Amino acid sequence: MINFDYIRVSTPTAAVDALAKDKAAQWIAGGTNLIDLMKKGVLNPQKLVDINNLPLKEIRKEGKVLRIGALALNSDVSEHELVLQSQPLLAQALKAGASQQIRNMATVGGNMMQRTRCPYFYNPDMPCNKREPGTGCGALKGFNRMHAIFGTSDKCIAVHPSDMCIALVALDATVLVAGPKGERRIPFQNFHRLPGELPQRDNTLERGELILGLEIPDNPFADHVHYLKVRDRSSYAFALVSVAAALALKGKTIQDVRLGMGGVAHKPWRLVEAESFLKGKQATEAVFREAANLAMRGAKGYGQNNFKLKLGPNTIVEALKKATEKA
Amino acid sequence: MDKEFFFDKQAKDPIERVGGRAKVTGAALYTADQQFQNLAYGFLVGSTVAKGRIKSIDTKAAERAPGVLAVITHQNAPKIPGYQTGRDPAKPPTAGQPLRIFYNEEIFYYDQPIALVIADTYERVLHAAKLVKAQYEKGVFQTELGSNLAKAKIPTGPRFEDYKRGEVDGYKNAPVKVEQEYYHPIEVHNPMELGNTLAHWESDQKLMVYTKTQGVEATRKSISDAFKLPPENITVHAEQIGGAFGMGLRTWPYEIAAVMGAQKVGRPLKLVLHREQMFTNVGYRPATQQKIGIGATPDGKLVGITHEAYANTSSYEEFTEATVNLTQFLYACPNVTTRYRLVPLNMCTPIWMRGPGEATGSFALESAMDELAFALNLDPIELRNRNHADVDPEKNQPWSSKYLTECFQMGAEKIGWKNRKLQPRTAQEGDWLVGYGMGTGAFGAMRWAATVKARLQPDGSLLLQCSVNDMGPGTATMMTAVATEAMGLTPAKVRIQMGSTGLPPGPTQGGSNVTATVGAAVNDVCTALKEQIATLLSKEGSRFHTANVHGVKVDDLLFAEGAVSLKQNPAIKMTYTELLQQNGLSVLEQTRESKGQQQQYSMYSFSVHFVKLRVHKPTGRIKIDHVVSCADAGTIVSPTTAASQMIGGAVGGIGMAMMEDLVIDHRFGRPINNNLADYHVPVNADIPNVDVVFVGKKDPYINQMGSKGLGEIALIGMAPAIANAVFNATGKRIRTLPITPDKLMEG
Ligand SMILES: Cc1cc2nc3c(=O)[nH]c(=O)nc-3n(C[C@H](O)[C@H](O)[C@H](O)COP(=O)(O)OP(=O)(O)OC[C@H]3O[C@@H](n4cnc5c(N)ncnc54)[C@H](O)[C@@H]3O)c2cc1C
Repeated sequence: MINFDYIRVSTPTAAVDALAKDKAAQWIAGGTNLIDLMKKGVLNPQKLVDINNLPLKEIRKEGKVLRIGALALNSDVSEHELVLQSQPLLAQALKAGASQQIRNMATVGGNMMQRTRCPYFYNPDMPCNKREPGTGCGALKGFNRMHAIFGTSDKCIAVHPSDMCIALVALDATVLVAGPKGERRIPFQNFHRLPGELPQRDNTLERGELILGLEIPDNPFADHVHYLKVRDRSSYAFALVSVAAALALKGKTIQDVRLGMGGVAHKPWRLVEAESFLKGKQATEAVFREAANLAMRGAKGYGQNNFKLKLGPNTIVEALKKATEKA
Repeated sequence: MDKEFFFDKQAKDPIERVGGRAKVTGAALYTADQQFQNLAYGFLVGSTVAKGRIKSIDTKAAERAPGVLAVITHQNAPKIPGYQTGRDPAKPPTAGQPLRIFYNEEIFYYDQPIALVIADTYERVLHAAKLVKAQYEKGVFQTELGSNLAKAKIPTGPRFEDYKRGEVDGYKNAPVKVEQEYYHPIEVHNPMELGNTLAHWESDQKLMVYTKTQGVEATRKSISDAFKLPPENITVHAEQIGGAFGMGLRTWPYEIAAVMGAQKVGRPLKLVLHREQMFTNVGYRPATQQKIGIGATPDGKLVGITHEAYANTSSYEEFTEATVNLTQFLYACPNVTTRYRLVPLNMCTPIWMRGPGEATGSFALESAMDELAFALNLDPIELRNRNHADVDPEKNQPWSSKYLTECFQMGAEKIGWKNRKLQPRTAQEGDWLVGYGMGTGAFGAMRWAATVKARLQPDGSLLLQCSVNDMGPGTATMMTAVATEAMGLTPAKVRIQMGSTGLPPGPTQGGSNVTATVGAAVNDVCTALKEQIATLLSKEGSRFHTANVHGVKVDDLLFAEGAVSLKQNPAIKMTYTELLQQNGLSVLEQTRESKGQQQQYSMYSFSVHFVKLRVHKPTGRIKIDHVVSCADAGTIVSPTTAASQMIGGAVGGIGMAMMEDLVIDHRFGRPINNNLADYHVPVNADIPNVDVVFVGKKDPYINQMGSKGLGEIALIGMAPAIANAVFNATGKRIRTLPITPDKLMEG
């Protein structure tokens, strides 16, 4: 690890200023991702600006909107009464991620900003366009069992690793950010991006923009949600494929539906086509299967991850079945 | 001590795990916890290529970094006298030449140490280590077993020649036969405690070392050989070991580097490996490609088995293990052929990992037996019963004891084997397919040599001393159990000193030998103490003597509650404290060496593992519902720690079957999941209720207690039990481990 400076700030303005002034500075929240990357030599910030004292930990309801501060802990959010009541899908997704110990440290903002777990990204002496543009993609013809099947480019086939974000993309969340040019709101779907020609960019935040928090609108899904994460062991493993499913049912008729998918793309993947297909249809396995097949259009395997082409639709159907069953 | 029992987790064992409290409260001090005045810290820099030569190495930036005391490379390394006499590692491997660290510019594997940086703090040495840069002349390397089978060789030495009994490849003539290939990838031991060594030269002729080893005597010998220092000038400590699973069965180059570094800077030096280095520099279970041909008559009598195994080793040493040996004796079968081959790769040399070759071999053999049972339309247990080996068919001699049939019966009962469907894929619960499987394990019951000193002290307590260490199985607990029973003491009155040289020599902790070896030595030394007590009590004037005019024999005495009394007249009684006082003795002390004898019997421990599991059809997830592990390990001396061993072995076997896999990118010759987030071992949520059943019948020949080992059989046979249960559930035969969801999902 390279020596670095460390300061603490206590207001969002001070946090934004600190980064605006110093190009080599970086915010640190829970540190569960950043410190690993520093130890590995992937990131070498010369100054850490600790934002844990910022007053951004609140979880509260404002009218029909649930507001969650960027520094709320993953564990707190997953157990909070308001979240369990109005957005249980989010709680389920959070609980499926990492371990209790890590969730006790990890923040909502840090979770959104976590980098891919692609091994080539993590090893500075291997090729990786995301870490070092121009060096090539190690995974394309290498180990790609965990990698993307949607929205890839020949520069990068990494996946976004978060579970929380899969629920958030399904729940139409909005991200609130503040930067040197003021505040703005980003629809969650537009927060993360596809690799394209710029795989080094995970999301649409500009450098120096701070995540203040999230807004999640009320929805009619609370009764019928399910987060299904398929992984290599029962806990403490990243998703092979995961699906966040939310249904509004009237009898067997699907009034409204949201579907997010993880482990398949460089960003939390929203299954828009499948959603519009499902609306107004009956909640049966055959219909779910058709929707899943629609969702998989355009998917592409890279060898070791070809199994996701089959596991993907199966997981969609399973998540929808489980969501339907819930009373 | 001849009793059958099912280990009941609720029942209270009178003997708690010795040292358990210190471990879970953090009071136990491991090597890396040791603090010394003026301590220096070392860190190893590894090669970034998998084969080649170092062209140049630039250490200037590191040397200038704050706090750096020295940087050792092959260019300036002190000459290790023992290295000069060795073979040239560049020559093709025969039995081989251990890697000589910093010996020359040759690179044999990725992350091979090329420099040792030494600084005054750990943080500074980590930083400085990043500043060492090397240029290489890159060689062509090979790290993949499957694509290098053509380079396979028969290992040197008589133990690994091809084996044949009856007709070569005789299975081919059988009316019913199965021919299949099985593969499992490299597994890494990954104990919680990292490899670490603290070396301190107390003078230029006197060395003290703390290190992670499973045998302090063996480590002392290696260091003595390397540095040409008389063994008595070296003390090796390993009082606390945070697991090892075989990784501590040899002295690794990093340990030599620590000793070398301490000498160079003239300060005590602590060297702790990084987790990543645990994947590259301290051995692993080699990958194995196996072929089995097995044939039987239609009524299920084995005609022949041929078992071939290709395992990888390093390019500079031959590492061998007993991968095919189970096949030679496990079943009564007239025609058996085995072949074992090594494939050199550009990796560090493997090292035995729990259940070593037998665990690997049993995956192939016991999967093949299951395939044969299916082909014959027979229950797998019935197939095994029909081919039960009543005597050892390999050595042609009787077993010292064998209660495999009892294991089948007891385990089948406990798991509910009668609910198993003969036809796979016939038991369903919703989207889940349910299956049962079993696998057999066996491992040589070994008894080596140990010397134990026992001292009865004025407060009536007993001190036992032996250099054997306890890397986790509960050796100290076992020793306490034997001594309390022999001497009639409570566990609180027994104290154990172990885990460092200078104490009476004990064996290395490997091959499941320690209970049989050291337990027997404790028993023997206690017998010697009792004889001495009998002699003292035979003196003229003793009340015991007066009551027994013919002299007092051990058999006349009862040793209980910290006292000795006459069996015939229990009123004649004396506490150990009184005994010492009345004889004017400060202590009573005996030392005994005790070892196994050559026997006309084949000695093995046996196990059978049963698994009930479910497979989720759409997603391929496996949920293990129940594990029953049965062991014939002779007398169980210490039920709690023995059961823990069995549970730990079952967990290891589940990891082997479903998760463990060192992924190497063969384009770079280096591992890519070299951390504990990506290299999976089971988590608690993966582990079901594990029931442990011990047959508990004494082995009449191995030692007085009748105890055989069980550390290895706890794991051997578990992986095939899972693979067989998966087949029973799904009808899919998975012959390549690990069995991950992608191999099982359907639709
Ligand atoms: C072993 C392991 C297993 C894991 N498994 C899972 C899993 O299964 N599923 C899963 O979803 N996650 C998993 N994680 C990831 C974990 O969820 C993230 O590490 C965590 O959420 C990051 O949050 P943090 O607060 O610690 O971020 P930090 O490490 O502090 O920061 C991460 C990045 O975010 C930036 N940042 C932090 N806060 C803000 C803000 N308010 N505005 C702008 N930028 C900000 C930082 O500058 C930094 O670049 C795992 C992590 C580990 C180590």
